[in-house]
Amino acid sequence: MNSDDAILTLEGLTKSYTSGARTLTVLREVSLSIPRGEACAIVGPSGSGKSTLLGLAAGLDRPTSGSVRLCGAALAELDEDQRAELRAAHVGFVFQSFRLISTLTALENVMVPVELRGERDAREFATELLARVGLQERVDHYPAQLSGGEQQRVAIARAFVNRPSILFADEPTGNLDGATGHAVVERLFELNEEAGTTLVLVTHDHELAGRAGRVISLTDGAVASDRRGPAPSREG
Amino acid sequence: MRSLAALFDRWTWTMAWRDSRRVRGRLLLFVSAMTVGVASLVAISSFGDNLESAVDGFARTMLGADFRVRSRQPFPEETEALLERRLIGELGAEESRRISFTSMAFFPEGGDTALVQVRAIDGVYPFYGCFETDPPEAATGFQEGKRALVEATLLSRFEASVGDTVRVGSIDYTIAGALLKIPGDSSTTAIFGPRVYIPLAEVDASLLQRGSRVSRYRYYRLDESVDADELRAELKGHAREHDLRLDTVITTQEWMERSMARLRGFLNLVGFVALLLGGLGVASAIHVYVRQKVGTVATLRCLGGRAGRVFAIYLVSSFCLGAIGALIGAALGIAAQGLLPLVFGDLIRLEVDVAVSWTAVAAGVAIGIAVAVAFALLPLLPLRRIPPLLALRATVEEKPPGRDRLRWVVAAAIVGCIVLYAWWQSGRPVVALQYTGGLVIAFGVLALCARLLRFAARKVLWRNLSFEWRQGLANLYRPGNQTVLLMVSIGLGAFLILTLYQTRLLLLKDLSLSGGPRPNVVLFDVQDDQVESVAQHVTESGLEVHESVPIVNMRLTSVKGRDVGELRDDRERRIPRWTLTREYRSTYRGALSDSEELVEGEWIGRADPAAGPVPISLGERIAERLRVGLGDELTWDVQGVPVHSVVASLREIDWRRVSPNFFVVFPEGVLEDAPQIHVLIARAESQEAIGALQRTTAQRFPGVSTIDVTLMLDLADELLDKLSFVVQFMSLFCILTGLLVLVSSVWTSRFQRLEESVLLRTLGARKGQVLAIMNVEFLLLGVLATLTGGVLAIGGSWWLAAFEFEIPFEVAWAPVGIFCAGLVVTTLVIGRLCSRGLHDRPPLEVLRTEV
Repeated sequence: MNSDDAILTLEGLTKSYTSGARTLTVLREVSLSIPRGEACAIVGPSGSGKSTLLGLAAGLDRPTSGSVRLCGAALAELDEDQRAELRAAHVGFVFQSFRLISTLTALENVMVPVELRGERDAREFATELLARVGLQERVDHYPAQLSGGEQQRVAIARAFVNRPSILFADEPTGNLDGATGHAVVERLFELNEEAGTTLVLVTHDHELAGRAGRVISLTDGAVASDRRGPAPSREG
Repeated sequence: MRSLAALFDRWTWTMAWRDSRRVRGRLLLFVSAMTVGVASLVAISSFGDNLESAVDGFARTMLGADFRVRSRQPFPEETEALLERRLIGELGAEESRRISFTSMAFFPEGGDTALVQVRAIDGVYPFYGCFETDPPEAATGFQEGKRALVEATLLSRFEASVGDTVRVGSIDYTIAGALLKIPGDSSTTAIFGPRVYIPLAEVDASLLQRGSRVSRYRYYRLDESVDADELRAELKGHAREHDLRLDTVITTQEWMERSMARLRGFLNLVGFVALLLGGLGVASAIHVYVRQKVGTVATLRCLGGRAGRVFAIYLVSSFCLGAIGALIGAALGIAAQGLLPLVFGDLIRLEVDVAVSWTAVAAGVAIGIAVAVAFALLPLLPLRRIPPLLALRATVEEKPPGRDRLRWVVAAAIVGCIVLYAWWQSGRPVVALQYTGGLVIAFGVLALCARLLRFAARKVLWRNLSFEWRQGLANLYRPGNQTVLLMVSIGLGAFLILTLYQTRLLLLKDLSLSGGPRPNVVLFDVQDDQVESVAQHVTESGLEVHESVPIVNMRLTSVKGRDVGELRDDRERRIPRWTLTREYRSTYRGALSDSEELVEGEWIGRADPAAGPVPISLGERIAERLRVGLGDELTWDVQGVPVHSVVASLREIDWRRVSPNFFVVFPEGVLEDAPQIHVLIARAESQEAIGALQRTTAQRFPGVSTIDVTLMLDLADELLDKLSFVVQFMSLFCILTGLLVLVSSVWTSRFQRLEESVLLRTLGARKGQVLAIMNVEFLLLGVLATLTGGVLAIGGSWWLAAFEFEIPFEVAWAPVGIFCAGLVVTTLVIGRLCSRGLHDRPPLEVLRTEV
């Protein structure tokens, strides 16, 4: 693959933590490239380094060695604030624990990424996105007044509101029961497909991973397998 | 720079507003601690402004004239001539004369006597303002013949009335009226003796003999075209030469403003302590608040928020909170301002119209906001360093954060601002540094004590305690606890109040002599030829004469061979002017007295003036002021006769003892023939005996003043009482702040307590047990805070007693104990009140809400 087409390129990525005299290496020499528009799942058992990889890929942390290139920018050359600006411009996030801001209504939560970019006309698009995830009646509700599934749908709307080039989803169904998780995943893939966004999905749920076109498996911090399957099909 | 720009971004403000939802009530409670401090600043500054405007209009009334000349000596002939020629002749000024002295007044109808301040006047003084008397016409009519105005309080004390007689010296005056109000005087002046006004022409001349302490005044009303200050400048040379004081409305005004500014500055500095405590409360509350916001900050950073921008949201929140707190404080201050005239009434000489000073309000609000933001910055700064990765994982292993230099910069800026504020209030950089240093030490020592006591309590009490006690104790260490802050704020309030209280008690105890064998009656102004008969009279009255002390008045003419006039005009001399020009009231004797101690040189009890310079003994302090030591020569003018002397010894003098003390003591054999007066010291066994002696002495020896020392003690008590009331009033602000910090801290931990309570009850604890745990926690908090403050107060008052006042130290356990117990109970009650309802909710309800 031509790496110029890649929206995300990781090269020799290693992350170690030092605790006292002990050094724990969570990721070892991971290299991979994700082209624009691809839906890619990163799977592996607990402690295999999935979330660490996601954090490094999104510029939330710095690697011990190796490099990350995201949306054409070498993250090592950017400072904290520049990386934040890059995220505000090109990146969407969905978290396992939703991470809605408890003092903001559903609509306000969705508007935050656009407002962080200094734009003011987010209301209309945010309302539309909330309607797309089936929450048009709940726009003025606070997170505490919403169920877990509803909260994650708000989070999905928030992830798409700034029309990201790439979306990172960290165990998006991890805190939801089976049926609710299923419905949420449907919305996620649906919006992703429509927007043509690159999706990087971290999960330990192999069924969910099977929905992505590419599955990268991590074991003990290293890539164990990287395979492309058939294009995701829509179910139900 | 971008973070700075973010402060002015509308979105930042919108987010700050949104983010504060559901916690606004709690946040307001956080700032309530600060409101008290702002309230005290606004109230005092606004009242101070009112005072200043009152001073502007009052200075003329206070002076009673446009120009005043005063002297402790009879005016020299050349002064008389100058005043007559220049002021009356050339400038056409109107003159009024007054002399003031202390004397005994005798009321023959009731047989009562009292030490009074006699003011004999002539002319239409006061030119501005007027006496208020009952009947009103007495204010001017008393100058015709032997008539007097007597202060109303004195008349009612002796049940005397208008038309009765009062005797001053050997002259009887008919009481023409009761004095209700004297322009320019406050009731504090009355503490030094009630006032009696008589006509100058009718004064008993024997009361004005050499040696008596008499002040002489000339008052002038000038034509409007005459500039009093120019006149003052013109006469300055003459005044310096003859030791006269010249006052104009402007100098009076400046003097009043200076004293007002000192009082106001002092009170503001006490109030500022309350505000700083409030600031600490804000810092601690923001700290707790910020801990709850870590997740939100990480999410915002993850979604692309720059660190500075996210930080700006919380800085704006703190600013708004500070502003609201300061505005509420200002409103409270305006309301409280009305109370201040009641608090200060007796200490201030003028009637003040209470009006809101918007400058004071603006300054109070600005200072309040600045304090809130400055103190909030300390816990807010770490927000900049929250990693976005926290949104992905609950804990992030990372490098130790390292030192944030900005925190040190903020801390240094806070200290710097305190110094500047103290400088502004006191006008003296040294005071500002002492104040700031004192505060830093007090806060530091309190925090250290709090930690030590907490540590000790934990170590000593931990084992073998019941479950409730162990849990209550453990609560003092729960994460996010505000134990040290509470102990510092409540402790500081307790410390200030108790130190003042203790010190006052110690001072009074030291002055109190009535129970011991020490003398308690002093007879002043006994003429040389009266000594024997007065002493005999005292003995016949059943009192014991302890000693008779001769007093010879003298002035310095040269110091170490240099003429006093020359030294006085030498700007480089660094010798206080008063030490050169004052009239020294010296004595002679053969031995040291009980209240003195020889610190240097040799005591010489007898000398022959023909044998060379007379060896004298100087008080340590006056020698220091005059910059002289052993062997230095001083020349005196003893009422016209030059006496050469040499410093032979230095003494340390205990000025608080009831015996006449002297800067200068001559040996026997030198001054015996000089004109002198005497002071007799005696002891009476009962109050009645003193009263009887006062009456009979006033009748037989009209010029002699008999002073009841126990009465002076009451007056000192009254004065201390008034002063300490004002300071204690201000210290209460600190206690109040501490209690508000307590309220907000209990509210902050409410949810945590709820969780604990539910968990304990789910595990089988009875409601009573849960309540007992809480009681233990508040009890310990109250006890430790009060104990810290109390121990420091005892230390503080010991320090004051030992080094400042040099008096014996002891602790007044009963009142200190009652105060401490009261504070502990208050802490307990407030803690319980704020936790009300926590334990009534069924565990399941809470557990469900949690999910």
